[in-house]
Amino acid sequence: MKISDIDREIIRFIQGDIPVESHPFASLANHLNLSEEQIVERIRDLHDQGIIRRFAAILRHYNAGFRVNAMVAWQVAVEDADRAGMIMAGFDEVSHCYLRDVPEEFGYNLFSMIHARGDEQINTVLKELSSQTGISDYIVIKSVRELKKVSMEYV
Amino acid sequence: MNLDSLDRQLLNLMQNDFPLTTRPYLDLARKLDISEDEVLTRIQIMKQRGLIRRTGAIIDSRQIGFYSTLCACRVENEQIDKVAAIINAQKGVTHNYVRDHFYNIWFTLTALSQDEAVKIIKDMEQTVGIKILTMPAIKTYKIRVSLNMGESNED
Repeated sequence: MKISDIDREIIRFIQGDIPVESHPFASLANHLNLSEEQIVERIRDLHDQGIIRRFAAILRHYNAGFRVNAMVAWQVAVEDADRAGMIMAGFDEVSHCYLRDVPEEFGYNLFSMIHARGDEQINTVLKELSSQTGISDYIVIKSVRELKKVSMEYV
Repeated sequence: MNLDSLDRQLLNLMQNDFPLTTRPYLDLARKLDISEDEVLTRIQIMKQRGLIRRTGAIIDSRQIGFYSTLCACRVENEQIDKVAAIINAQKGVTHNYVRDHFYNIWFTLTALSQDEAVKIIKDMEQTVGIKILTMPAIKTYKIRVSLNMGESNED
């Protein structure tokens, strides 16, 4: 999808951290010679078009008390993936769920990311996910150390 | 950090229902029945303490033509930092973790196109001298990181 120069400037501004001030879009509006209302209108359009998936605060999980995250990879028949994926998506503790094209040597193709306050909660969610989907073949791939975490800069 | 009920309500609103208006913090203040200044101050404190990473747009990279994939590789323990530095030098690498699995380095790569991603990975493989598995998502069932902060410390 082609995006206009104005939208590119707007995306450049909102892909990062907007200012914590009374009129957060005023500086951008000024820079682009638009009104704040026009900026917000463009952001809403980008949201409606699906280019902006969400406009929100992003927290640091660990500092917010969600001390544990687990990437879980499940082995599922491709034709059964939608059913299982939808069930997993319904869990609050599951933040991401994807069917992936994986090399045969790895084999686990349905991925879910679980955030929780502790190991106990992770284990409870895992049991529930397994019993509701009927998938018993899965591996938990826990993170040991963060090497990089940044937001993507698209423009 | 210690969060009171207003902080928690504010974080829940900012994650799930951030107002797309010219005065988002004023609108949040009205919802919580406090002043805009108090909202701004509370957010500043929670940013300084590392609880809020950023506030802004989450872009759907596919909608603007980007390609992204999860990657994994196996690296000898003593080589991890050296390999991580090479991987992390790529701008499109947004997340990178050491994980507890045979494949011990897992990262995400976002690139302008699939061709570019393939080229970046090939270059990395040559520089590092290891094989990198790619696991692009073929279906997305959920992407929504929202941490339920509850209403009090007891939650």
